[in-house]
Amino acid sequence: MSARSIFARPARLAAIAPYLWMVLFFLVPFGFVLKISLSQTAIAQPPYVPLFDLTAGWAAIKAALSELSLDNFKLLVSDSLYISSYLRSIFVAVTSTAILLLIGYPIAYGMARLPQRWQPIAMMLVIVPFWTSFLIRIYAWINILQHDGLLNKMLLALHIVSTPVVWLSTDTAMYIGIVYSYLPFMILPLYATLAKMDGALIEAASDLGASPGRAFWLVTFPLSLPGVGAGALLCFIPIVGEFVIPDLLAGSGSMMIGQTLWLEFFTNKDWPVASAAAVALLLLLIPPLLLYDRLQRRTLRGGG
Amino acid sequence: MTEESPEITPKADGIADPAKPEPPPQAPVSPAPQFELAADMPLLRIEGVGKTFGSFRAVDRLSLDIRAGEFFALLGPSGCGKTTLLRMLAGFETPDEGRILLGAKDIAQVPPHLRPVNMMFQNYALFPHLSVRDNIAFGLKRAGMARDEIATRVAEMVALVKLEGMEKRKPDQLSGGQKQRVALARSLARRPQVLLLDEPLAALDKKLRESTQLELMDLQRRLGMTFIIVTHDQEEAMTMASRIGVMDAGRLEQVATPRELYEAPHSRWVAEFIGDVNLFDGEVGWRENNRLLVTTREGVTLAVTEPRQRVTKATVCVAIRPEKVKLSRRAPVSDAANTHAINRLEGVVTDVSYLGGLTAYKVKLESGAVVRASVANTARLDIDAYLAGQRVMAWFAPDDCMVLEQ
Repeated sequence: MSARSIFARPARLAAIAPYLWMVLFFLVPFGFVLKISLSQTAIAQPPYVPLFDLTAGWAAIKAALSELSLDNFKLLVSDSLYISSYLRSIFVAVTSTAILLLIGYPIAYGMARLPQRWQPIAMMLVIVPFWTSFLIRIYAWINILQHDGLLNKMLLALHIVSTPVVWLSTDTAMYIGIVYSYLPFMILPLYATLAKMDGALIEAASDLGASPGRAFWLVTFPLSLPGVGAGALLCFIPIVGEFVIPDLLAGSGSMMIGQTLWLEFFTNKDWPVASAAAVALLLLLIPPLLLYDRLQRRTLRGGG
Repeated sequence: MTEESPEITPKADGIADPAKPEPPPQAPVSPAPQFELAADMPLLRIEGVGKTFGSFRAVDRLSLDIRAGEFFALLGPSGCGKTTLLRMLAGFETPDEGRILLGAKDIAQVPPHLRPVNMMFQNYALFPHLSVRDNIAFGLKRAGMARDEIATRVAEMVALVKLEGMEKRKPDQLSGGQKQRVALARSLARRPQVLLLDEPLAALDKKLRESTQLELMDLQRRLGMTFIIVTHDQEEAMTMASRIGVMDAGRLEQVATPRELYEAPHSRWVAEFIGDVNLFDGEVGWRENNRLLVTTREGVTLAVTEPRQRVTKATVCVAIRPEKVKLSRRAPVSDAANTHAINRLEGVVTDVSYLGGLTAYKVKLESGAVVRASVANTARLDIDAYLAGQRVMAWFAPDDCMVLEQ
């Protein structure tokens, strides 16, 4: 009894800590954003009405609450700018995730089949670029992709092209940047699934008459699907909200939702609409987040 | 000790082979051999096969013949190369040298998916994403069998291993024993010419293991199939196999029936590996009738029956199994002394272990050597049991002694 009570309180506190963190740094700010998204824009500081004046009493709060409206959300669904931003975000995220899978799977598969002592080194090679600032790496890509950059110089030297190709400010550049930045997020979950796979299963498949190719498609690939799902969602979710990469590498023709948000906040100073867009983005990402959570749970339960 | 003629030749010391009943010539679902075997040809001939991993010689120029319909066990301590040998038969390892003839064809370099042998894996290696039915059908689909034929064969296999009603379950919904059956059904479904079993019962608990051993034997007999099992459990090998190859350091120490291995081991190593044994190193003194008198290092003279192959070396090792050592309080009467109890060792009981069916005694001789004797508990009330500290006479017959030259 006494031994229990010694440990019970700190243990309970430790269990509460993550929830406290979530409330303080996620729920409360989200409450602010949600509230702003329901109010009207104003030329003021801060640029929206109404504000809760807690000192003015219950009546004032009630008056302020009555001012809230869903107008901003109605704007989101009626203005094609927002809809096309959302659609573009999802399209870019789906395409990038597909490319990431195509590149990441063979790399993860190769890593998992390396001799045991080489695997940590391969893992390091995947992670090491993260030690450099993300922004610096994107600027490095600008350097490589620009008109007289490394890539064009190489292509010219190898006589593959006769005039420099326009890379920068195109979707190609954006996809290069996204795929480059998110590749580790794809490789690591895939590698984790593939590395723990029992080699005897492949042997059993070949013992039962499956050629190496058949064995891969009938055994390895289906069993790696949880890793595929985890990697795909781990990339898809943040790519939808990506701002920096499209802003620095893509053209200004069409925008992803992150860019639209930024524009509303900082250029138009329309905080309520921007907040509404942010809330909508979050709602959009809840289904894939739940899916990811379920996948993780299933792997935890079935794994071992 | 690497060559073994296909027929079991009667061995020295009059060890007969009642062993296992031969498989009936025609079994209900026997796999039709795809080629004609010459009458004197083994189904599988391993010829001078060697495999080295780095600097480790896993299998050392090993030769072995296995006949069709045999239940053959490869027995040895871990690291003796038995699993490597099995994996070379399955095709997961390629031998560095030598030939593996299945019928008349050398399959040493054939990849596993093209070999007419199947393997049952140690931890079963069931496909976790496939149902019992699809696990069993996996090999049949790869063989390009027609759909309805596959369904028939799967049903047949499910019935064979008594898993009716479980077809739709996934491996993680099965008990250990059920998984073992699925693995067996899956490896038998293609009707391989040889079934390889890698420690097939190691993951089962003792009781289940014993009943499964009998089921496996029964199955092998009914199918008339050739089974090669790898095991480190000598009891398992002796229960199931018609012949056992005892391996050590990549070589076959002896290939023989279970009874021969136990009663007439070829070497000191085999004698010690299979069961318990008392060993006495000594010098051959003189011969008398067909008896050999050996003076042990402790200064005791033991009379042993000379084996059929005459002992040529002067230094030998006399081996006697504990259950063949008798204990008594007094010296045996003269009549018995002349025929059976010529070898008498006096000592003090130091250790008594009651094991249920038998009691194991350790008797310390005056020379300091310890003799182990095990006595069957044939009566429920044993007022005659020996106690620690008691002076006893340990005696045994010359016929029960084995003379080992190596």
